[in-house]
Amino acid sequence: MTTISATSLDLTFQTADGPVHALRGIDLTVEAGEFVSFIGPSGCGKTTFLRCVAALETPTAGELQVQGMTPDEARRARAYGYVFQAAGLYPWRTIGRNVTLPLEIMGYPKAERRERMERVLDLVELSGFANKYPWQLSGGMQQRASIARALSFDAGILLMDEPFGALDEIVRDRLNEELLALWARTGKTCLFVTHSIPEAVYLSTKIVVMSPRPGRIADVIDSPLPRERPLDIRDTPEFLAVAHRVREGLREGMEAA
Amino acid sequence: MTDHPISAPGAGIGRSLRVGLLVRRMMGTAGPVLAVVAGLLAIWYLAAIPMNAAQSVTDAERAGAAFDVSAAERRDMGGLSLVALAPGTALAGAYGQERPRLPAPHQVAGEMWASTFALGADCGPAERERDRLELFGRTWAVHEDCLAPVTSRRSLILHAGLTLAPTLLGFAIGSLLGVALAVGIVHSRVMDLSVMPWAIASQTIPILAIAPMIIVVMNSVGIQGLLPKAIISAYLSFFPVVVGMAKGLRAPSAADLDLMRTWGASGARILWHLRLPASAPYLFASLKIGVAAALVGAIVAELPTGAVRGLGARLLAGSYYGQTIQIWSALFAAAIAAALLVAAIGGIERGVLGRMGLRR
Repeated sequence: MTTISATSLDLTFQTADGPVHALRGIDLTVEAGEFVSFIGPSGCGKTTFLRCVAALETPTAGELQVQGMTPDEARRARAYGYVFQAAGLYPWRTIGRNVTLPLEIMGYPKAERRERMERVLDLVELSGFANKYPWQLSGGMQQRASIARALSFDAGILLMDEPFGALDEIVRDRLNEELLALWARTGKTCLFVTHSIPEAVYLSTKIVVMSPRPGRIADVIDSPLPRERPLDIRDTPEFLAVAHRVREGLREGMEAA
Repeated sequence: MTDHPISAPGAGIGRSLRVGLLVRRMMGTAGPVLAVVAGLLAIWYLAAIPMNAAQSVTDAERAGAAFDVSAAERRDMGGLSLVALAPGTALAGAYGQERPRLPAPHQVAGEMWASTFALGADCGPAERERDRLELFGRTWAVHEDCLAPVTSRRSLILHAGLTLAPTLLGFAIGSLLGVALAVGIVHSRVMDLSVMPWAIASQTIPILAIAPMIIVVMNSVGIQGLLPKAIISAYLSFFPVVVGMAKGLRAPSAADLDLMRTWGASGARILWHLRLPASAPYLFASLKIGVAAALVGAIVAELPTGAVRGLGARLLAGSYYGQTIQIWSALFAAAIAAALLVAAIGGIERGVLGRMGLRR
């Protein structure tokens, strides 16, 4: 089943210095249950594309469908959970009440809010931290809480914009492993923006390599790696071959720009 | 799970040690603070000698002392020249005058003590009652000087209480108005462009100029007493709240607001769950300025109303009759009242932000 389909999508920002082509001719299909990474240098439009899917930006041309709806309809149908680079937890709410905030806004009854909060905190291995304040948690734990919050209302799609970008490599490795396990358990469709080639190759079933000015797709790689991926898969020739192809795609994109 | 929660600062320290640290920190600042206060008092005492020299010399002359320079010539001499002329007389007479040009600190302190705590409580029954007044929803009897301390007509606590009532009412009105305007400004571009310039313009008009108008206009529609004074207080106190709250309500980042949008949150939800909590630290900073401004407004409001009681009335009466000691003690009473009000807001701030988990 197709979850997201973009057909010759364009987005041009009108700025004081003239138009900026953030996206140009994006064609992409994402099937349900896929893990798709978007990789490319700054300004290649990967975040912009994610924001278009979330209906936070409106494309200027082309067609974009999310679960068969327009992005705005999908947003109102609560089709996706969004995880930003900054955890964005409210410092005046405990972790538990941060996780229940979207549920409160969406009008879930109190008992169900509590039950869901416990379930998703368990999913990200933060059970027992519901009554802590965000500043009492490390950066990695805060980001896990932010993922729990995005999972709390059972959206089919998880949009993640460099969620681990501000974390150190060691924490990042572990969170990548946990994210894969989470994805396997929940069967969500994941769209994941990253700067890191190993991260993209390790996580994804499909890697979208993008290039800047104008933001466009340079290459789409279907990963040959199995779904079951221990961390040391990163030393296998198959992994290195995919990483090599991503690197080539990035280089060609930069040269063409 | 290998990462652990960072423990709260001071969590591992025992209570007694924390108290000890607090005491040590206060000891560290007490020395410099006392030195500054002592310096100011020394300047004050020194200044009183030339300031009061003319009266000192006149008093001494009346008492029989003779001076080389005639009274007519002395009138044109500065204080320092008079001190040079008769240093002993100037020093002896500097601190004991009834209506000094500059009362000495101990005279002001003595008057404050006398009109706050030491009003003789031992005399007279209720027939010495001079008047009754309404304050804080109760009727109080006002007594001659010698009666119960708080209700004596000289009592600074009585006067401060009379000024505090419109201060608090005006502060409440001003703060609510300020928050309401800030909410409007943040949500409506039209209000942002139209209200803010007027709010700023309103504060450029001297309050002394506009206070009588407010009294007159409100009197003509039949409103008297507490409310007009409270309106003048509110006029001064709403402004810092508008400015601070407009800033505070805009404190959430674009990412915070995007997150709310992804959940389909309405403007009211965003206000309640994001903007208002985020603005709390800004609100308290504004309230501290606002409450002090409200007190100034209430004092100024007493001047054109011809009020006979209240700190402002006390200042005015003091200046009519040249009672400088009374003026200074009323000024200090006002300053202490303002400090207490600001401290009270600070206490509420610590409590609220602590409960919100915003104070670490």
